Amino acid sequence: MSGLIVRDLWMEYPGQTVLERVNLSLGAGDFCALVGPSGCGKTTFLRMLLSIEKPTRGEILLDGQPLPLEPSAGRGVVFQRYSVFSHLRVIENVMLGVEFSSAPFTGRLFGVSRRRAMEEADLLLEAMGLHAARDKYPAQLSGGMQQRLALAQALILKPRLLLLDEPFGALDPGTKSSMHRLLISLWREHDMGVVMVTHDLSEAFTLATRVVALDRVRTDAQAPEAFGATVRFDIKVHRPVRAGDGPKDYPGVLSPGKRV
Amino acid sequence: MTRLINRRPARGPSILLGALPFAGAVAAYTIFSALRYAENPSDKLLPGLYALSEAVVRMGFTPDVRTGQYLLWVDSGASLRRLGLGLLSATLLALGFGVGTGVIPLVRAAFAPFIAVLSMIPPMAVLPILFISFGLGEVSKLVLITIGVAPFMIRDLSLRAAEIPPEQLIKAQTMGASTWQIVLRVVLPQVLQRLIDSVRLSLGPAWLFLISAEAIAATDGLGFRIFLMRRYLAMDVILPYVAWITILAFCMDWGLGRLSRALFPWAALATR
Repeated sequence: MSGLIVRDLWMEYPGQTVLERVNLSLGAGDFCALVGPSGCGKTTFLRMLLSIEKPTRGEILLDGQPLPLEPSAGRGVVFQRYSVFSHLRVIENVMLGVEFSSAPFTGRLFGVSRRRAMEEADLLLEAMGLHAARDKYPAQLSGGMQQRLALAQALILKPRLLLLDEPFGALDPGTKSSMHRLLISLWREHDMGVVMVTHDLSEAFTLATRVVALDRVRTDAQAPEAFGATVRFDIKVHRPVRAGDGPKDYPGVLSPGKRV
Repeated sequence: MTRLINRRPARGPSILLGALPFAGAVAAYTIFSALRYAENPSDKLLPGLYALSEAVVRMGFTPDVRTGQYLLWVDSGASLRRLGLGLLSATLLALGFGVGTGVIPLVRAAFAPFIAVLSMIPPMAVLPILFISFGLGEVSKLVLITIGVAPFMIRDLSLRAAEIPPEQLIKAQTMGASTWQIVLRVVLPQVLQRLIDSVRLSLGPAWLFLISAEAIAATDGLGFRIFLMRRYLAMDVILPYVAWITILAFCMDWGLGRLSRALFPWAALATR
């Protein structure tokens, strides 16, 4: 029972239904892109996967277990902005997760254990092309570098599931495509599932093995808020398991979309 | 011709412009002092620079005939001690309640309304109560300074703590942090920077409350001295004392600013 299972999920606010009848089943290593028009509940869905919001009906199972009631290690996240700690240097930002898990009271490591955590963080920074910036503060980094840092922070804890909320939405096209290459290789390397919210369809099809489109199926012109969005399309993109470094090298093959 | 809003002085002229009002004030004082002196050599309202410097030597560098103490330094020591202790206790209160109400919803629900109401009490109106309940000694002065500035500092820190982007707090949780770890590693470092600014902004009110308390009941202190000297119209002592208080306050403000930049280099980057 590994992977993510969403069963008959509803999200209702007073006078407004955001999501209804959402059913989804992702494999442990799937890369799922969530697409859909603005306001269709993509981000709300991601927030439920993070346990920041609770569904009004239905359940979410991760590896067969109900999700914890609050955000927890094991579900890493990168937001579009503000994911990094502006008062810590790059290396400290990456070490922080290790420090949290091994120093419950001080939240800080000293001596040998600190050096070991730093070595681990250094390796990761190296792999992510951030090593030259290891002693800088986030405000001194470009937008792309900051998002790389946010990814590194999440990855050092080896999450089972990586949640991305329009992580590249504020980046220029060049930076975006290099981030795509990086993300694909990281996803391959780390054994984890990815759920990424994006409004960029080409990004979704470049990266994902599953593209899930949320949209309203039922509408009422008199009460546009009455019905929520649900899974409109669930498209599997077949990719070769091993390939070169870039998504450009293996254009995904589309299977016929399953209309829900 | 460029617009006035686009004309920026270079460094040299900028310093010169900044010095002008000071020079103007000193010049105006000297002129009026000389005019009054010409009319009445025993004038006490605007003593000349010579009389002022004599008073400084008398207060600061000659032992007092009655007590054998150097009054200026004794007064400064007493006042700075009260100010420091009052600000320290206000700072500790602000850290505890500010961070608590800023980050922990339960603490906010319990204390935010109470603090909001408390901060509307005019501290000077409470002074009689303090004198009655704590006596005329040091405690009532410290408490006045504390309750004078603490509510503002608490609310300032609380706002700053609440301004930390929720994304950061969520991110910290996905990194496995407990509430305590989040407070320690994420909230406190960012709030401490603001705390120093908050103390700087509170310096003015803190001095105000200190001098008021000393004026009413004290046996030493800068505020005590100037109000004592008022009885004798001793402007030659009052004016240097006021200047000295100003210098002390300015240096504290400047020092805290330097400290903040040294301790929190990231803050200047973030607001750049």
